[in-house]
Amino acid sequence: MIFNKIFKNALLVLAACLVLSACATKKEVATDDVTISGQMQSDVYTGTDSVEYLADGVKDRVFFATNESILTTASRETLRAQAAWLRKNSDINVVLEGHADERGTREYNLALGERRANSAKDYLMTYGISSDRISVLSYGKERPVDAGSSPLAWSKNRRSVTVKAN
Amino acid sequence: MILIPIKAFALIEVDITRGNLSPLPLAVSPLSIDDKSRKSFEKILSEKNIGSEISVIVENNLRTSGLFNPLSKEAFLQAPDIANLKPRFEDWNLIKAQALITGKVTYVDEKLRVEFRLWDVLAAKEMMALAFTTVPNNWRRVGHIISDKVYERLTGEKGYFDTRIIYVAEEGPKTQRIKKLAIMDQDGANNKFLTLGNELVLTPRFNPTSQMVTYLSYFKNLPRVYLLDIETGTQEVVGDFPGMTFAPRFSPDGKKIIMSFAKDGKSDIYTMDLENRIVERITNHPSIDTSPSYSPNGEFIAFNSDRSGYQQIYIMKSDGTNVERISFGNGIYGTPVWSPRGDLIAFTKLHKGNFYIGVMRTDGSGERLLTENYYQEAPSWSPNGRVLIFYRETKTNVKGEGFSAKLWSIDLTGYNERLVTTPTDASDPSWSSLLNN
Repeated sequence: MIFNKIFKNALLVLAACLVLSACATKKEVATDDVTISGQMQSDVYTGTDSVEYLADGVKDRVFFATNESILTTASRETLRAQAAWLRKNSDINVVLEGHADERGTREYNLALGERRANSAKDYLMTYGISSDRISVLSYGKERPVDAGSSPLAWSKNRRSVTVKAN
Repeated sequence: MILIPIKAFALIEVDITRGNLSPLPLAVSPLSIDDKSRKSFEKILSEKNIGSEISVIVENNLRTSGLFNPLSKEAFLQAPDIANLKPRFEDWNLIKAQALITGKVTYVDEKLRVEFRLWDVLAAKEMMALAFTTVPNNWRRVGHIISDKVYERLTGEKGYFDTRIIYVAEEGPKTQRIKKLAIMDQDGANNKFLTLGNELVLTPRFNPTSQMVTYLSYFKNLPRVYLLDIETGTQEVVGDFPGMTFAPRFSPDGKKIIMSFAKDGKSDIYTMDLENRIVERITNHPSIDTSPSYSPNGEFIAFNSDRSGYQQIYIMKSDGTNVERISFGNGIYGTPVWSPRGDLIAFTKLHKGNFYIGVMRTDGSGERLLTENYYQEAPSWSPNGRVLIFYRETKTNVKGEGFSAKLWSIDLTGYNERLVTTPTDASDPSWSSLLNN
């Protein structure tokens, strides 16, 4: 996205200013923006802020772009790790909880959360996890992890979280 | 309930099709009440003077409609009892009242008897006189019925005051909201919680023909559409679906529930007949199809689908054939709701980061945006199709603080936007039909 490029360039300039501590008035804005750019890539959250672990090195959640349910490369990696762990722990069933950010209508978001969780479910199934072990639960926009009203907060909330069911 | 309607030629007329920038000045005289009746009602209802209380209800209703300007009672020169017999029109003219409402309350055989009159001050004529008797507990409804009759007489359209709103009451932090079903009179009185908040509940909607409500509950963590009888409190799950059902609404005859069923990443629209329990699939598409809403004659369904790539509004015949996209403006569109008058569809629109409530004709033409905000959605029509109620959420600060959700109403004209006060935060409002039709 062109906007993102311009944005990043601007950040570089601002970051440079910070180093030189010359742009005192813009300091606060700049530090905020640097955090955002470090934790998002094309609208998808890449940070670790809200992430929990099912087991050592096995992240519990994957993130999505606005209105999307496509899995990113990083998401597929996370889900492969989950699948490997689930194959080893065959007595454990999981619930995939799908979520949306607050920038949509409630009813559409319920459907979108369901679609995201199913996207994760399909991937787990292609890595050998039986559908009997996976249930899907959509919360739509009802359970954000981040109460903020910023693109970063929204990106953390667009997620599918794998939760142990037993 | 109504005994003596007396028709007279209407001289005063209120045009409600345009934004009304100069509301009609009128006087609502306190309803007169004799001492004995006043004491009886005080005992039964713990209201000091039910005559003046009823007139306050009428006054508030007419004021919030935005079409009327009830004048301050302090300026009234004539006593309520005498005014009801025969107003001295010069006195009311003097304070610039164009219409006058007078009345009388009596306690008869353990019942509340009310008579009221509407007067055209300039023509010095009675426009309407009605009397009715009811149980004392209905006293607030009496105020709403008077308001409806006055509204109807002066605008030529049915009122919407003797109605209730069901909504979701919200409390707690944004990340862990506690939600309960709540119901209140249209003016905010008689607020009652219908669920305890143990499970998440969303999107309650009234049955247009009875006191039934359909809503989504996360009971046992299984999001399903439920049916609730608000008189008896009985609840039941609607249908037996192997997955989430949501976005429920009644058909206009109240005999069916239309809703979405989500499975394997796609959501389709289904109906269930409440009498024979037969489930019918209406759409079958890999996209998300949701937020269905019937036309008032039951022949068509408006719904929300992302089959074009983004959320848009579609209409189809009620059997699912002839699907046609009707929203083509900039942005994405959701929550279509068919007006009770049949000519318009209200919707939510997201464009360039802002949310709008708007209306369009049923073929998608004539799109008109009524209000713009950070976040608002889910319009619901007043039964006369003149007012929309919806909810609005605020933007939080950097720390995620300052979140609130409130109900708002706005006229179809785009004027008269008002906060609807609720004891807690609120969302997902649904307006009932007129209780006394």
